[in-house]
Amino acid sequence: MKGRDLAELAGRNLREAFLRNSLTTLGIAVGVASLVAMLSLGVGLQQLATDRLARTGLFDAVFVTARPTTPNFRNPTDMTFTGSPKPLDEAARQQLASLPNVVDVYPDIRFPIEIHFNGNPYPTVASGIAPSARKDGAFDGMNGTFFSGPDADEAILQIDLARQISDHPDSLIGKDLTLRYAERQPLPSGGADGKSDSDGYSIVPKEKNLRVVGIIETEPAGAFGMGRARLLLPLQLAETLRTSQATDLRDLLRNTSKGRTYDSLTVRVNDPPKVKSVEDTIKQMGFMAYSLLDASKSLGLVFTVFDLFLGIFGSLALVVASLGIINTLVMAILERRREIGIFKALGASDFDIRKLFFVEAGTMGLLGGVFGVCIGWLIGHAINFGTNVYLRGRNLPAISVTAVPWWMVGSAIAFSIVVSLAAGIYPASRAAALDPVEALRYE
Amino acid sequence: MTTEHHLAVRADRVTRHYQMGEAIVRAVEDVSLDIQTGEFVALLGSSGSGKSTLLNLMAGLDRPTSGAIFAQDRNLAEMSSEELARHRSHTIGIVFQAFNLLPRMTLEENVELPLRLAETDREARHSRVREAIERVRLSARLSHRPSELSGGEQQRTAIARALVNRPSILLADEPTGNLDSATGDEIMNLLSEINESGVTIIMVTHERPRAERFAHRMVTMSDGKVVSDGGRA
Repeated sequence: MKGRDLAELAGRNLREAFLRNSLTTLGIAVGVASLVAMLSLGVGLQQLATDRLARTGLFDAVFVTARPTTPNFRNPTDMTFTGSPKPLDEAARQQLASLPNVVDVYPDIRFPIEIHFNGNPYPTVASGIAPSARKDGAFDGMNGTFFSGPDADEAILQIDLARQISDHPDSLIGKDLTLRYAERQPLPSGGADGKSDSDGYSIVPKEKNLRVVGIIETEPAGAFGMGRARLLLPLQLAETLRTSQATDLRDLLRNTSKGRTYDSLTVRVNDPPKVKSVEDTIKQMGFMAYSLLDASKSLGLVFTVFDLFLGIFGSLALVVASLGIINTLVMAILERRREIGIFKALGASDFDIRKLFFVEAGTMGLLGGVFGVCIGWLIGHAINFGTNVYLRGRNLPAISVTAVPWWMVGSAIAFSIVVSLAAGIYPASRAAALDPVEALRYE
Repeated sequence: MTTEHHLAVRADRVTRHYQMGEAIVRAVEDVSLDIQTGEFVALLGSSGSGKSTLLNLMAGLDRPTSGAIFAQDRNLAEMSSEELARHRSHTIGIVFQAFNLLPRMTLEENVELPLRLAETDREARHSRVREAIERVRLSARLSHRPSELSGGEQQRTAIARALVNRPSILLADEPTGNLDSATGDEIMNLLSEINESGVTIIMVTHERPRAERFAHRMVTMSDGKVVSDGGRA
């Protein structure tokens, strides 16, 4: 029998027992809806976690530090470190910036400050933010704007600090505040002999006025996610402030480099899959390099297992619904026993009968799948709505915890059809195997 | 074994036994029968004589326990179920006592059904259906459902359905069994017309007088065996 005739006859048969077939289809739809709702929750949570992590800027970054000198293992009592590590200085920064797929290299400049606003002091930590951080998405949805330029005298406040300063944090945007910080100043030329330059420096307090341009929820994580800064300023500006850094004392003692060295550098890569090769190259250059690629892989694995379990639980309802298909089709065989006999007497092959039942099962699966996806999508929206009502009640920003991507729509409908066809195997085989003589005698 | 070309159907020592619990029912026992192309053969016998079983074997709806049935030189006993389905679709047409029309289909749709099963092109179907329906003189009832037709009209519809694939053999199992005398005669006249057009007809009946009026040859069965085989009296 040709496909179109098969479809017409199957459609006619399904319409004949409309109520029963509709209820069976509804059962499949509920099963698919359960599956879609579960998976949409899993995928939504994964997207939420991935998005949040991506906003931290950790997954397209390699964190570089100077290789530590190694202790003398031949003599355990001697714990002095030996070797001369490659300094992480400006030259190294330029070298790293020239690597393929590297879009930016910047130091982690982080220093203690005291903010003065309306005559009140607020001690905290400041951090320099590279312009490339803007593309991470960490600043999406912030109140206010990103820095107008790489060295603009502007600041972005973390929301908790802003709340500490004002009861109306948003009102701080556009206002000026004073930053007090410790500046490293080299000692004047002329050492003890009056000829050589001095390697020492002094630390003097300095002030800088900054205009608040934005308020952000959290600081994008820096190297190793350490040091939650509450005031962010443009990286170039932070560098020109010449603030005292933790590495200063070490540089002074070692005197290994004429210029200033960095405690760590963040190397941004244009594509997360290329992080690994960049990381390996940096290690070959003689630096310590670390990325969160492995951590992200583990996270992906966790969510895959999570989705798998959600899918299994969601599929249980579909399996139950498939029993409904078997029941419906077996009933149809009993009711249409004589009709099957007539079909065979008129020239239908066993294969034709089997195909007819498969098409009926598949049609119920298709319709159930389509309705199920719609219902599952609605359930997902209901979960989102309920979640956001709850979050708003706790003064938290709205999020989306469910997602129904197109691949899920297609897969759910395909899965529904496959399960329905599998459920149709037994009834279809039973119908095809009917003895036409017996079937024609059936009243 | 080969058959001659003028034979429409040949039964060669056909046996059909059924297992009914512990007992074996010998429905057809060692029957040999040659039916010529264009013949109108009546299979007579009382209830349980095996005539319907023999007809089912000729239709390919059933398989013999032993022996062979040839239709158009091909042994039905050796055919696969797919080949038997093709045999039922293309070589034979079947008419039943109970009409066996599909109640939810119209007359036209019932007649079209064998064409769907034979995968006939849609363009050719319409004319084939109209031709078959005109042959049984039911053109005015195309859109009627079986429940809206009389018994005679239903049987004529069943005959149209059996003829729509232009078979060379028409098998009729008690075609007048559910009809009154006058309507039965109408149907028999129709079958005669069809036979005159060259279609071989093998008809199971227990109505000897009607068989004597219309059939060329009468084969009488009893207890699964052919007990007499001859022309009209």
